[in-house]
Amino acid sequence: MTGQPVLELTGITKRFGALVANDDISLSLNQGELLALLGENGAGKTTLMNILFGHYTADSGEVRAFGEVLPPGRPSAAIEAGIGMVHQHFTLAGNLSVLDNVMIGTEGLGLFTSARRSARRKLAELAERFGLEVDPDAMISDLSVGERQRVEILKALYRDARVLILDEPTAVLTRIEADKLFDTLRTMTETGLSLIFISHKLHEVMAASSRVVILRGGKVVAERNTADTDRAELAELMVGRRVVRPQRQDQRAGDTVFSARNVSVMQGDRTLLDDVSFEVRSGEILGIIGVSGNGQATLGKLTCGLAEATEGDLTFDGRTARSFTPRDLVESAAGRIPEDRNTEGAIGEMAVWENSVLERISEPRFNRRGFVDRKACRDYAAELIRRFDIRGATPDTGTRLLSGGNMQKMILGRNLASAPRFIVANQPTRGLDEGAIAAVHTELLAAREVGAAILLISEDLDEVNALSDRIQAIVKGRLSAPVAASEADSRRIGLMMAGIWETDGEA
Amino acid sequence: MRLERRTETPLALVLSAPLVAVAIALALSGLLIAIAGANPFQAYYEMVKGAFGSRLSISETLTRTTPLVLTGLAAAVAFRSRLWNIGGEGQFYVGALCAAWLGHSIASVLPAAFAIPVIMVAGMIAGALLLLGPVILRIRFGVDEVVTTLLLNFIVLLFVSMMIEGPLKDPLAFGWPQSVAVNNDVMLPKLLSRSRLHIGLLIAITAAIIIFVVQSRTVFGVKSRAAGLNAAAASFAGISLGGTLLVVACISGALAGLAGAIEVTGLKGYVTLDLSPGYGYSGIVVAMLAGLNPLGVVATALFVAIVFVGADSMSRAMGVPSFIADVIVSISLLTMLVCLLFTTYRVRR
Repeated sequence: MTGQPVLELTGITKRFGALVANDDISLSLNQGELLALLGENGAGKTTLMNILFGHYTADSGEVRAFGEVLPPGRPSAAIEAGIGMVHQHFTLAGNLSVLDNVMIGTEGLGLFTSARRSARRKLAELAERFGLEVDPDAMISDLSVGERQRVEILKALYRDARVLILDEPTAVLTRIEADKLFDTLRTMTETGLSLIFISHKLHEVMAASSRVVILRGGKVVAERNTADTDRAELAELMVGRRVVRPQRQDQRAGDTVFSARNVSVMQGDRTLLDDVSFEVRSGEILGIIGVSGNGQATLGKLTCGLAEATEGDLTFDGRTARSFTPRDLVESAAGRIPEDRNTEGAIGEMAVWENSVLERISEPRFNRRGFVDRKACRDYAAELIRRFDIRGATPDTGTRLLSGGNMQKMILGRNLASAPRFIVANQPTRGLDEGAIAAVHTELLAAREVGAAILLISEDLDEVNALSDRIQAIVKGRLSAPVAASEADSRRIGLMMAGIWETDGEA
Repeated sequence: MRLERRTETPLALVLSAPLVAVAIALALSGLLIAIAGANPFQAYYEMVKGAFGSRLSISETLTRTTPLVLTGLAAAVAFRSRLWNIGGEGQFYVGALCAAWLGHSIASVLPAAFAIPVIMVAGMIAGALLLLGPVILRIRFGVDEVVTTLLLNFIVLLFVSMMIEGPLKDPLAFGWPQSVAVNNDVMLPKLLSRSRLHIGLLIAITAAIIIFVVQSRTVFGVKSRAAGLNAAAASFAGISLGGTLLVVACISGALAGLAGAIEVTGLKGYVTLDLSPGYGYSGIVVAMLAGLNPLGVVATALFVAIVFVGADSMSRAMGVPSFIADVIVSISLLTMLVCLLFTTYRVRR
């Protein structure tokens, strides 16, 4: 049931220096529509939405909401006009409750009384109506990513948004959470809300949207009714060429390289990992699948040398210990791809060469009696750029200027360049576009082929299925027994992810 | 109108930021001078003349520059690793007190060529030790070092007061609160005859160059910068945050302590409670104006010294209160902070 255009963008152009982020873009959103804005990273989707919401000012063009021209550069005007935005990176205060976060900015500062009671009622009503259950008194910092997103959506709805823009809403969600989100979004359109969601994931665009606008290189390249198109066509329109993800070839696994035995990690009285055991063998990929917030972060930290086992132990490189330091791991040829490339993987303000060598800067090849051998570092970075096809980078480029995919290739490169025997890849393709995902998968499979033992922690079922030889599910800090990829159908994995697996002997 | 993050900052902008900041600060202070009843342009002329007008005034300005370079470096080194050392003043005084004590007591035991380095190193160690306490508290318990270092300044001043009225009191000072005097043999050699300018200036400039090389060329420099820019990524890469911070703290505290030791052995010869007209605090301004660049610190320390020395003669010639010097320096800090914002962000309409 689509009707009048509620939102119209005409001739939007936005330049950043020499880069034309948006080139004469026009699009419209109709009442009750679920419009997908599809494009690779850097296609200009986020810029466009930021202009629409008033975070940026367009160089030319105008935005109309419900027939009225929106004054440029004023988010408050956009909010008043009934536009709500859910950012990719959430804008919530971690040390405040859900209710506080939702209410923030809706009340005058001069008031002595706060309408908390009516706000609580309104919040509960919205949550009920759209199936967005969340405890209004919970602290944001205690919530999972999926729950935080619900709060973001509620925040927009609380401000009476009639048009909702979601920037890469599933970037941090699992398939299950994402499906649930899209169910919610569809419910919203049925009650007359109009939605735009930004995405580069074809399956969700196909499954959820009613219409799709494809952006490439800052331009609208096509517009389709979702019913009249298919994944292959969208992929080609989005990327501009055909992209094929690599296939895993069967091969025999070798000896165990890294193992964990009955490991628990406690933080205060919270159990983050509960009696976890796994082993990763040479030449195989062990996939850990799970809904976000079930202990993946702790597992990643543990295997990357940033957390210590409270009980149980880890074995790697002939040593058994409660924990390894990052340095131990790097020296014993372990490659580590952190969950969040922006906060842990790379330092944006430093040059590519500095980030390339940061883990190894104390090694003799980069360190001459305490002084940095800059030439050796730059040569090494140049080699990584060449070998791993890091686009738009020189050794002296500021790392912040790299796209997510290229930053990930740099992180991957610095880990893979020295033939690691063990690799932790924690959400290695989160937020990457198709081309970059294919590149990351190819590199991981190549490392597997030459005998690396790879621990893949991922929330992306397609990814785990495509890459893993064996799969374990992580639920509430516990790991299921491993299942061979050949025996893992989506039903079985779905059950495992829900916490249902055969516990041998214990039950 | 809104701010957008720049994708990159042109070098010209980085270099012009402090100049613009100072120009705006002088313009704003000019208003105050006008209110005080003097012609601002003439007042500034008198200020520059007071700082550079004669051989004596040049040497005075450079003498004043010396401690500011060192306290400026102390702040710059610490701030770059996000260690907010506001305790430069206290570290300056413990360095000074240590130098006065040793200069008085060991000069008769050790030859000067040996005693002077010992005194310098002792002053540095004293400064470093004073900063270590707050830093260990921060690493171990997360105690905010802004508070602890700042408050330590007052404790140190009271301690100095106790010492110079007690155990280290100069018996020949007619009851003035003044420490024992440094033996003349261990006073730093003069750089310029018939002036107060001493070789401390060369030590300070050398320190700036060493810090610059350490920061830009050494492994430790890269590690400490990484730790300051992004602690999570640095520890992921295996850099020990606590260890880095401790070393940074030692360097920072040592520089401020050295400033105190040099001020005593180069200039005053003894410690009083007005040994420092706030060198530790001015060092923060010096560091910020320099954009935390160690070589820039030398230039901005000179600027602050010009303002302080020049303001005295300006006040004599024009009848403007000499407090205007503090105003100019303080406003410079504020305008510099605004200018720094524009080096990382641009204004969009």
